[in-house]
Amino acid sequence: MKYYDKLIFELSKPGRTGYSLPAAACPSETSGCAGPLPSDDGPLPLTVPRVARFPKGSCCQAADSVVWRESKLDLPEVSEVDVVRHYTNLSQMNFGVDTGFYPLGSCTMKYNPKINEEIANMPAFAGLHPLQPEHMVKGALEVYVGMDRALAAITGMKHFTFLPCAGAHGELTGLMLMREYHMSRGDTARTKVIVPDSAHGTNPASAAVCGLDIVVVKSKEDGLVDVEALKPLLGPDIAGIMLTNPNTLGLFERDIKQISELVHECGGLLYYDGANMNPLLGMVRPGDMGFDIMHLNLHKTFSTPHGGGGPGSGPVGVSDKVVPFLHIPHTSGFHGNFGVILRAYAYILMLGRENVKMAGKLATLGANYIKESLKGCYKLPIPTVCKHEFVFDGLLEDNGVTTLDVAKRLLDYGFHAPTIYFPLLFHQAIMIEPTETESLETLDAFIDVMRKIAVEARTDPEMLHAAPHNTPIGRPDETTAARQPVLKA
Amino acid sequence: MSKIAEGLLYSESHEWVKVDGNVAIIGVSDFAQGEMGDITYVEMPDVDDEVSAGDDFGALESVKTSSELVAPVSGKVVARNDELEDRPELINEDAYEAWIIKVEMSDKAELDALLNAASYAEIAK
Amino acid sequence: MGAFSYFPQTEEDIRIMLERIGVSSLDDLYADVPAEYIYKGEYDLPSAMSEQQVRDFFEGLAAKNSRLKVFVGQGAYDHYVPSVIPYITSRSEFLTAYTPYQCEISQGTLRYIFEWQSMICRLTGLACSNASMYDGPTAAAEAMRMCVASTKKRNSVIVSARLLPHVIDTIRTYAKYAGIHVVVTDKVAEEVAEGVLDLAGVIVPSINRFGIIESHLGLAELVHGMGALLVEYCDPSALAVVKTPAEWGADIAVGDGQSLGIPLCFGGPYVGFMACTESLMRKLPGRIVGQTTDASGKRCYVLTLQAREQHIRREKATSNICSNESLMALWCTVYLSLMGPDGMRKLNALCYEGSHYLHDALLATGKFGRVFDGEFLKEFCLKPLCNVEKLQQALLDAGFFAALQTEEGYVTFCVTEKHTREELDRIVEIVKSVK
Repeated sequence: MKYYDKLIFELSKPGRTGYSLPAAACPSETSGCAGPLPSDDGPLPLTVPRVARFPKGSCCQAADSVVWRESKLDLPEVSEVDVVRHYTNLSQMNFGVDTGFYPLGSCTMKYNPKINEEIANMPAFAGLHPLQPEHMVKGALEVYVGMDRALAAITGMKHFTFLPCAGAHGELTGLMLMREYHMSRGDTARTKVIVPDSAHGTNPASAAVCGLDIVVVKSKEDGLVDVEALKPLLGPDIAGIMLTNPNTLGLFERDIKQISELVHECGGLLYYDGANMNPLLGMVRPGDMGFDIMHLNLHKTFSTPHGGGGPGSGPVGVSDKVVPFLHIPHTSGFHGNFGVILRAYAYILMLGRENVKMAGKLATLGANYIKESLKGCYKLPIPTVCKHEFVFDGLLEDNGVTTLDVAKRLLDYGFHAPTIYFPLLFHQAIMIEPTETESLETLDAFIDVMRKIAVEARTDPEMLHAAPHNTPIGRPDETTAARQPVLKA
Repeated sequence: MSKIAEGLLYSESHEWVKVDGNVAIIGVSDFAQGEMGDITYVEMPDVDDEVSAGDDFGALESVKTSSELVAPVSGKVVARNDELEDRPELINEDAYEAWIIKVEMSDKAELDALLNAASYAEIAK
Repeated sequence: MGAFSYFPQTEEDIRIMLERIGVSSLDDLYADVPAEYIYKGEYDLPSAMSEQQVRDFFEGLAAKNSRLKVFVGQGAYDHYVPSVIPYITSRSEFLTAYTPYQCEISQGTLRYIFEWQSMICRLTGLACSNASMYDGPTAAAEAMRMCVASTKKRNSVIVSARLLPHVIDTIRTYAKYAGIHVVVTDKVAEEVAEGVLDLAGVIVPSINRFGIIESHLGLAELVHGMGALLVEYCDPSALAVVKTPAEWGADIAVGDGQSLGIPLCFGGPYVGFMACTESLMRKLPGRIVGQTTDASGKRCYVLTLQAREQHIRREKATSNICSNESLMALWCTVYLSLMGPDGMRKLNALCYEGSHYLHDALLATGKFGRVFDGEFLKEFCLKPLCNVEKLQQALLDAGFFAALQTEEGYVTFCVTEKHTREELDRIVEIVKSVK
């Protein structure tokens, strides 16, 4: 990766253009239109001679004189080749799954199949207007029907809504469904939702946005939800519990049956945070564990590209008793992120009923392999078998080298860093998730580098504090960025 | 080892209070600023806002964390340290100099629940 | 198990890995899962397809969609997509990256988001922009939340009934569960003037759902006088020529970036944008990119002001959003770079001329009556004087998606630079032929 220091604005030269537009189809002479939008770049005219175009008793008065932009629009003036080179140069300072191993815990950075991209870009899908009559979009509707059925088969839920555009958006939609369920029964006192202390930050945030209060249930020493601590929290004010299973430590909540019974007995519902669904893919169905509502992250479990932070898709599935409410929350514009749903459908069809059974297992295999290979150098707070991911709590030897140092040093060796400082249960958390699309050779190369870094921590801690050394930029001054924010050029 | 100024009252949530007649001058302890690291922003209430003991009245932000400011006493905000808007680092530089708000207390008895320097030293470790 | 192209493990690899872990089978890795939850049935999925079969399958589905010339907008606009955009956005360094947590190897993503923020500020005239939202409607809902969060103890929002229906639906949904009181009205200014007790914000469209460019003269003063915030919902493409939210005195601008070169794609993925005044900067939801320097003084970009966000604030965060629609923001950023100020102006002129040509020609057929007299840019409404179903069917039969009914007595048309004179004339001919 090489450093490239330009903003597109800095390439601008007045008079250059990168657009190609047709000549006017309906120039003002033919339409009688007086050409209200001048071609120079001065302010737009304050009056538009509409009356002139409707001379005979038109009910249209002279147009509102104040509606046009007054200020000059300052966009870059660059040629097409400038644009292509600029963004190509920018791309070369980026690391993606196609660049190398991306063991980012809880993010499921699996390979993004290329056929999916071709399918999503097919003009017969990409050119569909969202409001076209149903009989004109039968193919698109079949995608939804097919996905609904496939996801129901994989998760054991009954039906899905595809409106949510991301995982957190799915959580919000799912919690709205939880509230609808209770409200439909006149059970309006249920305004609290239980969230484990190990939960993703989005869980409490989504609950708050949904107007629910949060009750935190503690984890035990072994990282699992403390059932005894849960019991006294349950009551007539509990709307439900949000669980990630396996949890953010990569551990399967083995008391799920008891938790499910307790929560249901108190009248609450179980919400499944699908962020960690990957190890269960082809092995365990949330519906079978008693979950009533769940979301999936198609951009995690179902291989659609993360796009540098989106677009994703977070369909929400529900059990029988919540199905009647599924259509109520209108949480996004049209039909959700159709282009992402198409990609995920292509992936599911490639997997089929045969390969799906291997996906979760191989993801779990990779995670345990790394864990067992590195526990001699990194502190493993919970040694039991993990699922798709696990958490180290810093280096075994204390040389003053932090998790941040380790993460930054990994970049020098051509790997993306794991998720760091999450979950909050440990001070030096390093959360590693390899996914099933990584070969033994890739995992071994990563293991070698992690060991090497552990040695470097002993021999040259200063070098680690200053890492990375081989990247386009070094560690940034984040304090200044936050104290004196510069958010635009 | 963080500094604990004598003669001030402290809350368990690491705010300090300096009593000036009926007015409580409120800031955060040196221990709190040390835990936060470089403070990047101080969220403060407006003058004339009411604060109640035990409730949030603002927050400190650093790059990777944030911490709610909890009112040690109840009353009306009569002043706030606007200098912190542009220079939040003043709290890092001297936490006892950089006061955050001044509150006209509605119930001075609330001061009794606060800790003295010696008791606070037990907590701020 | 047969070989599968996305799984690189050989039988031998699996054996080596199991041995290191100290278990004898893959199933042993699930020993912690109660046996009753291990799914023993056959998954009700089709048998695995080859890539060729998948392609054929989707081509079959695609053939069931009718490809129509789109003359409807209503929040999704059929503008031309320059070929440079998909070429750039399909570069896998952009496409397959995650959120830019490790800024040292994410300067590409961070830089274009910074450019996006800058361009959104320039389009809207406002001081700050975030890294983008899911879509326009969710951005509007988040703006409503921001109004409530930024004004003290105020919980009511007035929403213009002339916003697009899917925007209103989304706002209502977010409001319902958060306990925010929403008043949807045709008479925004009157409603505000009446003095809603705890008014936090007012949301109005820059161009309304009938295509009319609204005048908001004096509205900001009125809203601010009530201690509330003004939110403008905008079409960012149109902002190149219509009055900006800043010029109207708005505090927050939101809208959908789809009109900036994103394909229709049956409604998504699109991208929401959100901009605000300086004083509201720390109330912005979502990711924000800021400029700084590294240890050696090189200019660089980072995710900043993160203390607002869910991973730090949890339930006290400004929003639960933790992603953005980064790639779609890139889509718009490349688009705006290509178009430049001159291209954006010409594009709007083409839309204006085309839509007015069609508008006038349709009126001349005598099959429509006029319903509004405000200025419009590319979308307009007419009152059909003929049978609407027959009209729509005749247009569909000829391959045109047009004359969508917004409600009883109103049909809507939209003309963009993609549409030719011949197509417009053809529509007029079809309309003439409808009895």
